[in-house]
Amino acid sequence: MRAATVFYLLAGVFALCAPFLGIYPVFMMKLLCFAIFACAFNLLLGFSGMLSFGHAAFFGFSAYVTAWLATAHGWGSAPATLAGIAVSALLGLVVGVIAIRRRGIYFAMITLALAQLVYFVCLEAPFTGGENGLQGVPRGSLFGVLQLKSDVAMYYLVLGVFLAVFAFIRRVVHSPFGQILKAIRENEARAVSLGYDINRYKLVAFVLSATLAGLAGSLKALVLGFATLSDVLQANSGEVILMTLLGGTGTFFGPVIGAGLVVTLQEYLSDVVGGWVTVIIGAVFIVCVLLCRRGIVGELAALQSRR
Amino acid sequence: MTEIFGIPVAVILGQLMLGLVNGSFYAMLSLGLAVIFGLMGIVNFAHGAFYALGAFAALLGLQRLGINYWEALVLAPLAIGAVGIIVERLLLRRLYGLDPLYGLLMTFGLALVIEGSLHQFFGASGQSYPVPEALAGVINLGFMILPLYRAWVIVVSIAVCFSTWFLIERTRLGATLRAAKENAPLLQAFGVNVPLLIVITYGAGVALAALAGVLSAPVILVTSQMGSSLVIVVFAVVVIGGMGSILGAIVSGLGLGVVEGFTKVIYPEASNIVVFVIMALVLVLRPAGLFGKE
Repeated sequence: MRAATVFYLLAGVFALCAPFLGIYPVFMMKLLCFAIFACAFNLLLGFSGMLSFGHAAFFGFSAYVTAWLATAHGWGSAPATLAGIAVSALLGLVVGVIAIRRRGIYFAMITLALAQLVYFVCLEAPFTGGENGLQGVPRGSLFGVLQLKSDVAMYYLVLGVFLAVFAFIRRVVHSPFGQILKAIRENEARAVSLGYDINRYKLVAFVLSATLAGLAGSLKALVLGFATLSDVLQANSGEVILMTLLGGTGTFFGPVIGAGLVVTLQEYLSDVVGGWVTVIIGAVFIVCVLLCRRGIVGELAALQSRR
Repeated sequence: MTEIFGIPVAVILGQLMLGLVNGSFYAMLSLGLAVIFGLMGIVNFAHGAFYALGAFAALLGLQRLGINYWEALVLAPLAIGAVGIIVERLLLRRLYGLDPLYGLLMTFGLALVIEGSLHQFFGASGQSYPVPEALAGVINLGFMILPLYRAWVIVVSIAVCFSTWFLIERTRLGATLRAAKENAPLLQAFGVNVPLLIVITYGAGVALAALAGVLSAPVILVTSQMGSSLVIVVFAVVVIGGMGSILGAIVSGLGLGVVEGFTKVIYPEASNIVVFVIMALVLVLRPAGLFGKE
């Protein structure tokens, strides 16, 4: 575990100093938003064993709600974000109630289909700006005190939110509730026979994950100043799966690394290879599933424990 | 009797016809998915990509090699089916015995690779494929004008679907397939080459998707993304029909196409989502699907 402590320390120092190392703060913020998204997704896939193929619905819809309230109604950034989160929690409840009626592969297909429904709603609803999306979302200030126009101030806010989410997920997983989720993941029938109402636990896990995904989406809308259809697109659901899978499903820090890699790949590689990014992401997917199913952190941990 | 609810009957019939054409594609694609899933337990996310490949194979064959529609109808599915066989041998084979979710993820990556490559080679704008001359006309049924090609699509699809159903449910080969689904090791002990059975099934399922692609080429724009949203609708169709059921895939595919067409007449805004709404309703009322058993 020593290596892990050193790693966390290094990561922490890097995250704190990042704006002064010449790294573009908006890029770091985007990365952190997707890291929150991936951690939220991992809570579902890694720690509860449910593969949702539609998490972009929560991320994107929440981004739309926050962007709409902030632009069209002049809400402050904090209430707009909270509203976005509340709406994605509600959406998570509705989708969850329907989807947990089946498990495994069906669950994945159902979440995918329901997310596509949300996508079409976003495409046609009057408040989302259709193909253009919502642009020019003001960051405003935090409770009227901290001005968020400055990228550095916003960065530390996003970093703070990320750390809080990370700590929260650790807490949930290590709680008795998290242990029951793990039991359901490992052996559903046994969890039932022990007297647990598994559907209730699964639903709570789903809603939690959807809510945190919504938080990530709302933050993203504030950071980048827009919410568009690409946030709710199926491709976005696919990318969050890849982030989690690549970094290490069911590890705490894996999704963060995965998010870092995928976002970096998209930001920098797209200048070099242009439209081939999709093909590369698909190929990474295939390689990951075939050769490295535990993900980077998972493989490293396995390597360490073998030694 | 020329209007119902203020909508001309000809318009309603026209939309129902279009719905039936879409339903034919849903049926053929969900049938292939059901066959592959039934034997291999893999949900083939790349099904939409193979459908697009089928259409592009026909288009390229016409433009570069002078292969006409009728030849493409046979050659494209064979070629894309061969691609499917290679995919099964090289990639999918390594995932047997693992959680079926890995198959879904792998084929999702494969779909990205195929659709992304098509996009790079052929661009974002769609290309059209000419309707073959023999099928270019229309039939006047008196109460409506029926484009011949659309009728052809429906007839071919229904013929293909029911012969597949017959093959699987009523022949000795089908019995062997179903036995492999029930208990592969036992069947292998009887001397049946199960791995061969699997690779042929996957190839056939992919060929079916490619055939749907060729059939659809003259009625839609051929684009790299033509299969990516379709495959999600087809997933919903399969959930509605009940995953393992061949007949369920056919009936719900055609039926949902018609429902979608009808929605276009009465409430066009909802036509994109009606299938998903029905899926949600079916899951609430009958989680195993209309034809599924659990």
